[in-house]
Amino acid sequence: MSALHRHRTDALPEEPPASAPRAAAPLLRVEGLSREFGGVLAVADLSFTIAAGTVHSIIGPNGAGKTTLFNLITGVYRPSGGRVLFDGRDVTGMAPYRLAALGLSRTFQNLQIFMNMTAVENVMVGRHRHLDTRLLPALLRLPSLVRRDHAAADRAAELMRAVGLERYVGTDAASMPYGALKRLEIARALAAEPKLLLLDEPAAGLNATEKKEIGAVIRRIADTGITVVLVEHDMKMVMGLSDHILALNYGRKLAEGRPEEVARDPDVVAAYLGSHG
Amino acid sequence: MTHRLLGLGLLAVVLALLPLGLPNNFYLDMAILAGLNAIVCVGLNLLVGFAGQVSLGHAGFFGIGAYATAVLVSTHKWPALLALAAGALLSAVIAFAVARPILRLKGHYLAMATLGIGIIISIVLRTETRITGGPDGMIVDPLNVFGFEVYGERVWYWVVAGLLLVTVWLALNLIDSPVGRALRALHGSEVAAETLGVDTARFKAMVFVLSAVFASVAGSLFAHYAGLITPAKADFLKSVELVTMVVFGGMASTFGAVVGAAILTVLPQLLTVFQDYQHMMLGLILMLTMVFMPKGLLPTLAGLVQARTSLGGRR
Repeated sequence: MSALHRHRTDALPEEPPASAPRAAAPLLRVEGLSREFGGVLAVADLSFTIAAGTVHSIIGPNGAGKTTLFNLITGVYRPSGGRVLFDGRDVTGMAPYRLAALGLSRTFQNLQIFMNMTAVENVMVGRHRHLDTRLLPALLRLPSLVRRDHAAADRAAELMRAVGLERYVGTDAASMPYGALKRLEIARALAAEPKLLLLDEPAAGLNATEKKEIGAVIRRIADTGITVVLVEHDMKMVMGLSDHILALNYGRKLAEGRPEEVARDPDVVAAYLGSHG
Repeated sequence: MTHRLLGLGLLAVVLALLPLGLPNNFYLDMAILAGLNAIVCVGLNLLVGFAGQVSLGHAGFFGIGAYATAVLVSTHKWPALLALAAGALLSAVIAFAVARPILRLKGHYLAMATLGIGIIISIVLRTETRITGGPDGMIVDPLNVFGFEVYGERVWYWVVAGLLLVTVWLALNLIDSPVGRALRALHGSEVAAETLGVDTARFKAMVFVLSAVFASVAGSLFAHYAGLITPAKADFLKSVELVTMVVFGGMASTFGAVVGAAILTVLPQLLTVFQDYQHMMLGLILMLTMVFMPKGLLPTLAGLVQARTSLGGRR
């Protein structure tokens, strides 16, 4: 495993790896997924698949169940019914840290930054599953652990550069501006080297320039072969980035398909304009 | 990294020079007790300050170490180091057994659960009179390591100072490692830590056990040094005292824990007012710390110095 990392010194390669499967078997399959909160179905009998190597957006009005769906996929919530299959394995109800080990990574709608750490340490936590996490070597600061830790710090700094945060490497996360923290979460999620990256409203609260920049970052991530699932309200970004869109309303599937198809779908238009027809 | 060794070196120098400034054994005694408390607090700070998990029961583990030593060495004539290790192992086993269920709790609930553990341990020590001597306590043999008897304040000082240095070194190593980052991460955001692959339950249990072992070892040494151990050393008020030292010195600051332990050990001995109203004073210090310097003494001072010397320095 470590040999692989040593060879992958470039933070975000320009070209997708030759072996990256494009639109092969689905990386994620959701079957009849439901989650109930006190009698209300936040996600109701939802089924869809996400092909490897694509950018897949999930849209819908507030309260449509998008974040709940993320929490179900990443194991933060247990589903009331249905199944989640990741990379051919049934991962329903699996703990988040196990899912992370399988290659699932995410960001959060409301920032979940480790404010008690520096920026680069935040990203280094993303390397957790690739590092020596035993107690005794840590207490004794064994040279092998220190070496890998230095490599992890270098890699974290590279990833920060890749998302445009090079000037914040040693900064305390608590003293960074909001827009930078949004990117820091992305760098941290990338540090885990995920197969599937779920981004929960990465552009929320950003100005037009920052939105453009984050759109470019997401594009570059997708170009490296990482499958991206995007929850976002900014339709320009969604339309520009997505290969596929899933529209939700009241926890149910409203429409699904290519961006231009979904944008024309009468149900989607109605949900967004608030028509009750 | 140099930053880390600098602090450790400074502590070593202070510990080496301190006996020169202490006029007699009364002060040396205070330094030894402060050092033993500091060892507990450095461990407790890993749990409370870095991992953000409160414990109001750590005096219980101090008591387990102290009584394991008292019973095994004085009654059963075990070698001291073996008894110390047995006490540490017992503390680790008990800490591990309770860690998974109680560390799922958060905030007040966790505080209550750890309080309960401390109380149970101190009740057992108080009521198992046949083994522990009950409320009167037990006389403990002096520390004997491979035939060499540790005797007198001066020798004890160096033993405790050396062990404190090792403890601080271990703690600093841990904090700046993948384990330490996992602990700080689960403090910062448990859900984010989990989704990045951190098995938070495992790391909480790990640090709970580790801090219990530090407390237990200090307890064993205290028993030998004092020559007498009573259940009061394991009770709730002692736990509160330890937490107060950590909070006062500075949560998530290893050297802060040392400073907090030193000041709050020495102050009651020097000021009679403090001694007479010790627990009231502890409460007052805790309140004033939370209101006026919630980060604790050392981080607050460090912040002031940093603000004075430069804009935007490093941590």
